[in-house]
Amino acid sequence: MIKNRTAQGYLLNTVVIAVLLIGFAFFKGALGGGGEFKLIIVPSIWQCCYLIILAASLNLSLGFLGQLSLGHCGFMAVGAYAAALLSLAAERAGVFEDKSGTAFLLVLAGCIIAAGILAAIVGLLVGIPALRLKGDYLAIITLGFGMIIVNIINNLPFAGQEGLALGSASASLYKNGLGFGTALKVTYIWVAIAVTLVCLVMMFMFVRSKYGRAIRAIRDDEIAASASGINTSYYKTFTFAYSAFFAGVAGALYACANATLSTSSFAFANGGILNSTFVVVMVVLGGMGSLTGSIVAAVIMFLVNYQIKNGVWVQHLPAWLQNIFSFPMLVYAVILIIVIMFRPKGIFGSYELSLRNFFSDIKLQRQNRLAQKLESKEALRNG
Amino acid sequence: MSTFLQTLFVGLRLGSIYALVALGYTMVYGIIRLINFAHGDFIMVGGYTMIFTIPVMVALGLPGWASVFIAILVCAAVGMSTELVAYRPVRKKGTAMTALITAIAVSLLLENLAQAIPQIGPNPKVASQIFIAGGVKIANVTLDWTTMLTIGISVVVMIGLYQFTQKTRIGRAMRCVSEDKSASILMGINVNRTIVTTFAIGSSLSAIAALMYIAQYPKVYTTMGAMLGLKAFVAAVLGGIGIIPGAMFGGFVIGLVESFTTSYVSSSMADAFVFLILIIVLIIKPAGILGKNIGEKV
Repeated sequence: MIKNRTAQGYLLNTVVIAVLLIGFAFFKGALGGGGEFKLIIVPSIWQCCYLIILAASLNLSLGFLGQLSLGHCGFMAVGAYAAALLSLAAERAGVFEDKSGTAFLLVLAGCIIAAGILAAIVGLLVGIPALRLKGDYLAIITLGFGMIIVNIINNLPFAGQEGLALGSASASLYKNGLGFGTALKVTYIWVAIAVTLVCLVMMFMFVRSKYGRAIRAIRDDEIAASASGINTSYYKTFTFAYSAFFAGVAGALYACANATLSTSSFAFANGGILNSTFVVVMVVLGGMGSLTGSIVAAVIMFLVNYQIKNGVWVQHLPAWLQNIFSFPMLVYAVILIIVIMFRPKGIFGSYELSLRNFFSDIKLQRQNRLAQKLESKEALRNG
Repeated sequence: MSTFLQTLFVGLRLGSIYALVALGYTMVYGIIRLINFAHGDFIMVGGYTMIFTIPVMVALGLPGWASVFIAILVCAAVGMSTELVAYRPVRKKGTAMTALITAIAVSLLLENLAQAIPQIGPNPKVASQIFIAGGVKIANVTLDWTTMLTIGISVVVMIGLYQFTQKTRIGRAMRCVSEDKSASILMGINVNRTIVTTFAIGSSLSAIAALMYIAQYPKVYTTMGAMLGLKAFVAAVLGGIGIIPGAMFGGFVIGLVESFTTSYVSSSMADAFVFLILIIVLIIKPAGILGKNIGEKV
């Protein structure tokens, strides 16, 4: 038995991840890799992967730094377009022929990293003016930025509203560039999973580092933090750019998983799953300040969204409820208001789910709750 | 020259609409330090109320614009219930951030609820003529009655509102609460009632803005308030949020910028220009053009 508790935790997590991956492989074998697996499960995993990265990255600035950004999908759009255009350029330059081999994998890795870096640079450019101000203004500026980025991408000669230019735009992106078809999505599912894991590890490391402590101090009291020698504007801008980096990576995965790119899918509030409000809903639901909460919330919200749109049970509901379900944003808005009213910091709060401490944490929480009840009773008795 | 004058009038007309909406933002922000994202959607509520009540008014033999009074009542009711049902409970429990997220949620709720109501639906509705058609022609520039009435009504409303906040009891209570909440409790002001009154007045202003908006662009749809509200908020920040003359000034500036960009640069870049100006102002003078920069105290 290993004595060191940190090592114990790492070992446990590695074992669980390995078991999950092996289980996934068996599952794939059992289903025979056809039909349902190819058409529903694999695309869902892709979608979950970029939603998880997106939610966790917004949590860095919303939950840990305490600054609301309403243009997170703008950074994602930057990443998606950067990755798609780069891969298209590589394809036209003849770096790879078909989507296989080491050359393609290198291009893929390069595209994902470049997408993140470009999004981070844009995040820096937005963050430097916006973060000099209080949270409310940041929300508005990022919201405006999300709209401007759509404007700019639409007006770029080589991007454009229909996807990418040069004739039949979106189709060419699908065939030649990064966009994966169903078969390729199955082949490269490990890329999506690996990128998600790496991103999450990087975010966890960030949150637990000196930077993470500093930004939590800024969230709790900015003046006290700066009085203790924390360079608040540096840490704020850095975190903003860091969170934009992961939004860019999520955008690159989005570009891989989708046949077409269009700027309207990254708007502030469209009916679909990909908009900045939906990301805020995921983060708030999961808990502002809990990365594991964001992961759980991203998966749950994906399932809710999927069920509302495609579930068989929806057809058995009364007509007015079906009518409401055809406007999913209405459902999310109600969820958001209810969660905020009863748990202002989200369901998980700032609690991080941990496999090692799971049971002891539950015990601890029950004890805490009992102690609180006793205390309030005492207070009542004493008037 | 005639293009210039025409653009100027369009800008003033747009600006007076923005100014009225910005007043609602600035009053609510001044009193509870919350960007009321749902404010833009109150315009939509007002617009739909008028769409449904104009035929009734005409059938009763009244002019179409009289339906604005019903719209004012409906908007005030919606605004007050938003404060009572959503904002007040959250304000008691959470932080400024949770209140802001609630405001966004309420805005989405109103927009999508309107779409889910079968009588409204996602398709735009067209309003009938509200003000009398035609206008006067001065030196090659047609100045139609709608433009003149829009600018005139908004100026009258703004002067009235300013006098209201300066002279009346409730107006003074509002200014007092926005300056120092706990001190105003000591002075015997009912803070909660003052906040609700502010919401009612701000929302009724958006009903008047809705009247002027659909008099010019007679199309009402569920997301009409989103962009309008956003630009009005930019106007409020530009002039200095929480300051009533600042909102009026900012509204006219944004309206003029938008109309001049549209006619001289490019119509698709008008929105980007509005935000660009906001960013520049916030960098140079974070408290807004008319605002005072107050340092933060521990």
